[in-house]
Amino acid sequence: MSGHLSTYEPKYGVTKWLDKRLPIIRMGADFMTYPSPRNLNYWWTFGGILTLCLMVQIITGVILAMHYTANVDVAFADVQRIRRDVPFGWLIQPMHAVGAAMFFFAVYVHMFRGLYYGSYKAPREMIWILGCIIYLIMMATAFLGYTLPWGQMSFWGATVISNFFTAVPFVGDSLQQWILGGYSVDNPTLNRFFALHFLLPFVIAAVVGLHVWAMHHAGQNNPVGIEPKSKEDTLAFHPYYTVKDAFAVVVFLLIFAFFIFYYPDALGHADNYIEADPLATPAHIVPEWYFLPFYAILRAVPDKLMGLLLMVGAIAVLFILPWLDTSKVRSMRFRPVTRIWFILFLINSFILGWCGAATPSDIAIPMGEDKGLNFLWLSRISTLYYFAYFLLILPIMGMIEKPKELPESITKSVLGGASSGGAAS
Amino acid sequence: MRLTFKTALVAATALGLAAFAGVKVAEAAGGGDAKYKKQVEWGFNGFTGKYDRHAMQRGYQVYQEVCSSCHQLKFMSFRHLGDKGGPFYDKKYPNPIDNPVVKYIAKNYPVPIQDIDWDTGEDLPRDGKPVDKFPSPYPNSVAAAAANFGKAPPDLSVMAKARPDGANHIYSFLLGYDKDDNMYNKFLGTKVAMPDQLFDGKVDYEVIKVQNKDGSVKEIQPPEATREQMAKDVTEFLMWTADPKMEARKSLGLSVMIYLLILAGLLFFAYREVWRNVKH
Repeated sequence: MSGHLSTYEPKYGVTKWLDKRLPIIRMGADFMTYPSPRNLNYWWTFGGILTLCLMVQIITGVILAMHYTANVDVAFADVQRIRRDVPFGWLIQPMHAVGAAMFFFAVYVHMFRGLYYGSYKAPREMIWILGCIIYLIMMATAFLGYTLPWGQMSFWGATVISNFFTAVPFVGDSLQQWILGGYSVDNPTLNRFFALHFLLPFVIAAVVGLHVWAMHHAGQNNPVGIEPKSKEDTLAFHPYYTVKDAFAVVVFLLIFAFFIFYYPDALGHADNYIEADPLATPAHIVPEWYFLPFYAILRAVPDKLMGLLLMVGAIAVLFILPWLDTSKVRSMRFRPVTRIWFILFLINSFILGWCGAATPSDIAIPMGEDKGLNFLWLSRISTLYYFAYFLLILPIMGMIEKPKELPESITKSVLGGASSGGAAS
Repeated sequence: MRLTFKTALVAATALGLAAFAGVKVAEAAGGGDAKYKKQVEWGFNGFTGKYDRHAMQRGYQVYQEVCSSCHQLKFMSFRHLGDKGGPFYDKKYPNPIDNPVVKYIAKNYPVPIQDIDWDTGEDLPRDGKPVDKFPSPYPNSVAAAAANFGKAPPDLSVMAKARPDGANHIYSFLLGYDKDDNMYNKFLGTKVAMPDQLFDGKVDYEVIKVQNKDGSVKEIQPPEATREQMAKDVTEFLMWTADPKMEARKSLGLSVMIYLLILAGLLFFAYREVWRNVKH
């Protein structure tokens, strides 16, 4: 890790010996003394929270894998056996299932924080892009994992989503069969999904390593979005941010535990307690809540290929965001107009989620008797805004908006200096 | 401006939660006709909810005498009945396979266990043991469907979780039959392959015997076996089969929540202490 002068001095013979050969203690020590901006607020604690989420998923996941069999005849029964007969299986299994939802909750907060405070801008493009890669692999991992309990939603969710691969021109059908290992979702599918579901979290862990490395190299962004200029502007990571992160992590765990112990099924779908039946399609096939906004985008157009392209585009646009936002000012605190567009974007994301859960032909906003805006059109409007925010609003606002005056330094903004814009807390 | 942003954030979060709640409500109603939906104040709801053991015992009796002739509990073994938190748990028998009630139930279960003769390999039906799974009333799913208007009766192990608001769903379903047409279920709004099953007095509830500390036996008279009572009891039992570890989960949950609350408080003070000289 680079970025600041190492102050670690090995004291003992063994540590001196090790420091010349593998400076791993130095790395840890430098990590702890890393100068972090002094004004990081609670939105910055989600990095630590996400690390915890990944660890929880991997540990519970490995334990579950020891008791699970990826076979269509026994997979559903195995989950029941884990919950009934495996010691503490009744705790581990909901931890893993609820953990996935909590992981996505935390990652969305983390991403919106990056969007609001402009954490993706130079010189932090690689942190953002690596984050997007992590998010993409997370989506794949969650989708694969949801298939494993082999309930009705597992089976039909996998069927619906894999069906979209047939929309790829020329090779679509072959591609879908290659992915599924047959003509439909069946035992070969379950087996490969299990193998990949086991593999991908470790890929995530590796990319997280790069993500953190890039962050330590470029330095952390902060709520006012200006670089630290003096020693006064920063604090050592430990103990200042270790204690703040620890507090936030425990508050997060309280919410996590609340769901595990009292509402383990609230975030899931009742249909997944029915064993997969290829001959009985559920009345409504809906993905888990964290995919709903993208599901709404997917369904917003009547054409299958266009829907697929839009959904892929919705994530692809995140990758090029650092070059779409033309403003030099990072934090939305100093961008009075763009900030309103951002709030609308946040609300719009919830509306997309709402559309994803609903039946497209149902009325969303009634206007008179039996008339009104249905969910299909609402999702079309929302999809339009989603893309407009990235492709029009951010590029144009950067050119025409007059940002507020930036504070001289982080310390000045914290101490309530001359700056007017720094409504820092 | 800051205020506006916070307000907007709260509004957006509220909207999100409302949307989520809306989906959940729609989902809950989607399971049946809201007009015929019955809401029961179940003792197992809430943060300290527990199953009513006597109701579960009566519920098991209803299952065995009424439901089990068509519906299996394939994820359940007899021994589960004697697990901690189960209907026939007895602290004298921490290992449920020693529990005499469980042994009795397994041995006298109306459907024999399909085993093989270990000398000849020939089929050898035998009496059940606590370690056996609840047997299926049908030799296979085709036979199950053939005997029931072409639709195999679903397994009941996790039924109470496989429907939104499962307990109320099952209760409303069992009591939702039309008076004039015992195949039409008003709650589901459709004809169903299972005709109305419960009528007053269908099951003769057993007297529950409880041993007092001094060794004397107290007899607890069961309630009258009305339609509603039987539906309620069997629902209680099926909720337990779907979520047998609920009591353990909720009780550990309470300790975990208290522990985390105290830890959060301590860490907050540690945070204040560490940051006391730093304006931020």
